[in-house]
Amino acid sequence: MSATTAEPIRRRGFPLPRRLRSRAAHPYLLIAPAVVLVVVFLLYPVLSVFWESLRHHNLTRPLDDGFAGLDNYRKMLSDGLFWRSLRFTGQWVVVEVGLQFVLGLALALVLNRTFVGRGMARALAFSPWAVSGILTTTIWILLYNPTAGIGHYLASVGVGEYGTSLLSDPGTTFWAVILAELWKGIPFFAILILADLQSVPTELYEAANVDGAGALRKFSAVTWPHIRRAVIVATLLRAVWEFNNVDLLYTMTAGGPADSTTTLPLYVARTAIHDQNFGYGSALTVAAFVVLTFASLVYLRISSMSFEEDK
Amino acid sequence: MSLATRDDAGRTSVTSPPRRPTTGASAARKRRRSRGLTLWLPLALFLLFTLVPMYWMVLFAFRPAGSTSLVPWPITLEHFRTVWEGSGFGIYFRNSIAVAVASLVVSTVIGLLGGYALARLRFRGKNAFMIIMLCTQFVPGAMMLIPLFQVFNTLHLTNSLWSLVIADTVFHLPLSLVLMAGFIRNVPVQLEEAAQADGCGRIRAFCAVVLPLLKPGIVAVGSFAFISAWNNFLFAIMFMSSQDKFTVPVGLSYLLGDFGTDFGALAAGGLIAVVPVIVLFAYVQRFLIQGLSAGAIKG
Repeated sequence: MSATTAEPIRRRGFPLPRRLRSRAAHPYLLIAPAVVLVVVFLLYPVLSVFWESLRHHNLTRPLDDGFAGLDNYRKMLSDGLFWRSLRFTGQWVVVEVGLQFVLGLALALVLNRTFVGRGMARALAFSPWAVSGILTTTIWILLYNPTAGIGHYLASVGVGEYGTSLLSDPGTTFWAVILAELWKGIPFFAILILADLQSVPTELYEAANVDGAGALRKFSAVTWPHIRRAVIVATLLRAVWEFNNVDLLYTMTAGGPADSTTTLPLYVARTAIHDQNFGYGSALTVAAFVVLTFASLVYLRISSMSFEEDK
Repeated sequence: MSLATRDDAGRTSVTSPPRRPTTGASAARKRRRSRGLTLWLPLALFLLFTLVPMYWMVLFAFRPAGSTSLVPWPITLEHFRTVWEGSGFGIYFRNSIAVAVASLVVSTVIGLLGGYALARLRFRGKNAFMIIMLCTQFVPGAMMLIPLFQVFNTLHLTNSLWSLVIADTVFHLPLSLVLMAGFIRNVPVQLEEAAQADGCGRIRAFCAVVLPLLKPGIVAVGSFAFISAWNNFLFAIMFMSSQDKFTVPVGLSYLLGDFGTDFGALAAGGLIAVVPVIVLFAYVQRFLIQGLSAGAIKG
């Protein structure tokens, strides 16, 4: 590609070294705005969290501010809610990503077939992808509400009981929020997988047809090996995203009932927005970073190992 | 979860399996039945799961308070009047539009500049740049609440809509760059070279030849930036402290805060929030698949 930059000049016969040198600066000028924004508003804040986590800093108690050493971390280790939120985060991510993957793959395979009205079906099926977390909450609160929600109508035809409040019973809340998030998350997987399905060469399916392979065999021998890389990337991205997903839980259950749906990032957000305890919130943030990075590395390691074995 | 098992059946048949040559009508009937079971049934279930909740919101938004009918008839606009004037959604809507449009413009311009460098130029540090951009995808919004609040505080930007524009743009930047680079790569280099051979400078060649062909890409990248800024909730609730700076999601969260009272108003607010996004999404969703597909072929 550097040939592109040099050629027109050479053709005209002006191989001026100075001009070339100024050309060498072009790529850096072009990416400069992106770099500046990322450094000032992402890298610097990320680094400053570490320093902040070593301080007492609570907006509601300005007189107590000061250097804290490891106090915040000590408090965290003996904080029962921290450990419970960590466990719930794992549960939330695994269940949510697992179901989204299976159902998203199914949806992608269905939408990859040829049928009348496919474009319309795709647009409709993918539309929740663009809907925000808080809007998802709004929609599902309307569905779940005990007085005029869908449960009320189901009860009137004999399914379930009147006045069931899914979101205040710890036994049902988990599945209620899982279902709402699935509604928004399945399209994400379906979009990514469908994009990859379209790049599977049709000759491979034709060859499989000639060999008399059945549908299952074609999936395992042709489709799956082709989309596996995309699946690994998509599940990781989605796991990170679900880990960080605060909007839905914050607005739907606020982490309740009795903190049973509090993820670690939700705990961070509550500490920041509600308690305004920046020092402790920063320590929780650092913990979340460490957990996330470690889990991602382990996941990549395992999935790339299974990749190598095959080759 | 009965959805799962049924759809699993659907996923197993990607294309219809080859049939042993049986005679005419019965084979056709068999094929039709298998298509019904593996295509239409799962498709119908998925669409039901997607559309019923949306319909529920529309129903509540247009149905008079106290009605229990399953069709929104007679239609009423009273809930919209309640939220638009009573709850301040008129102001929130304007704020949201301002933030989303500004993010769209900034993201698109920076995406064009950086995307061009990534697609067309070779330079030292390109890989490092890409890796850093990818890493930013792992930085959670919730984790940035405290440190970003402090940065904006130092810059006197808290309770200013600019803080939302900046935060939304930064978080969306990696996707803008990668998508834009993909679109630029799809424009043949030869076109640019030809223009340059004809004596155009690089910038003129870009504006005259590449830019017109990039229109779909620009629309797609801009729309995604718009949608992500429009949807952002956490930053808005953290950084905006006065009601005249609230955005639509913040307004919704306050309506949700006192739920149990007015579901009609909540649904109307939700509908106001969803319409711009759905309209844009209907237009850009095919570009999303295309863009990712092109990337998949190369990657």
